[in-house]
Amino acid sequence: MAEPVQDSQWPLWEVFLQPPKGEAHEHAGSVHAATAEQALQNARDVYSRRGEAVSIWVVPSRSITASTPDDMGSFFDPGNDKPYRHPQFYKAPRGVRVF
Amino acid sequence: MADSFLFPYLLRLADDRLILGHRLSEWCGHGPILEEDIALANIALDLIGEATLFYKLAGEAEGQGRNEDGLAYFRDAVDFRNALMVELPKGDFGVTIVRQFFFSAYSLLQMEALTKSSNAELAGIAAKAVKESRYHVRHSAQWVVTLGDGTEESHKRAQRAVNDLWRYTGELFLSDAIDQEAAKAGIGVDPSTLADAWRTQVMEVLQRATLTTPTVNYMQRGGRDGKHTEHLGHLLSEMQIVARSHPGASW
Repeated sequence: MAEPVQDSQWPLWEVFLQPPKGEAHEHAGSVHAATAEQALQNARDVYSRRGEAVSIWVVPSRSITASTPDDMGSFFDPGNDKPYRHPQFYKAPRGVRVF
Repeated sequence: MADSFLFPYLLRLADDRLILGHRLSEWCGHGPILEEDIALANIALDLIGEATLFYKLAGEAEGQGRNEDGLAYFRDAVDFRNALMVELPKGDFGVTIVRQFFFSAYSLLQMEALTKSSNAELAGIAAKAVKESRYHVRHSAQWVVTLGDGTEESHKRAQRAVNDLWRYTGELFLSDAIDQEAAKAGIGVDPSTLADAWRTQVMEVLQRATLTTPTVNYMQRGGRDGKHTEHLGHLLSEMQIVARSHPGASW
């Protein structure tokens, strides 16, 4: 994989916060930082100073492999013409309907 | 009046934090990078928040009807009791970070001790400040190491900051009748009892940062008695002008 073009800034890190209710970590945004500890502190200062989180993850942005817009067709469209992949396609037996 | 030491004791705690908080706020919009700009502003707000609480308590101890605004905005330089270190200009980023580390390490020890104060309100403020100071130490120490053990230029600037600021560190641990009475009453802490722990922690971080601990013996002093550098007057004129131009204004 090609390295992203270096700008004059420090490396970018993606920030994930876990909300106080104990839900899964959610993407909050990104920060620049030279080291992981600095990224953690910057994430705390930028995204969680008012008690938005109980836990923070920071991940180097370059470690994330993402799909591209070109992938959209082959990745996501096929499901649409295969309704049997959706649970709504099936009639629930009377016995489980109460749930 | 009971506890005549209480007002001047609290004033020192408040003045250190207001003046350093103001110095830090001068970075707002000028930080080396957006994230650090926000971090410095956060620390500034923490310190000014702590100062506000200490001023409120000080005003009550004094009993002359002065509130936190009165004490922050309507006193002149000679009436301020902050240590000289916090009023020095913000300098470059190295100076700001090294000073922040020196002060935060001191403040954390002081606030930890004050959580055991027999004055419940003071102990409560200290408990809040301990959490904040712990982060300030972590943040500034991380930066001292990054700068000291960084490039040739950042090392040079960090070492210069350490050398220039060292002679202002002694004043933090001076102890006079006010401190001793406050400590004896179980309300305050004698700053001289914090010196060893501070030195140990600071030397450990400086060593990790490949920075040399200075060996100067002469220490500056005077702030606790209202004898300040020329810098404080300039700082106050800027900080106080709005409040003094529009007394009692609210927004």
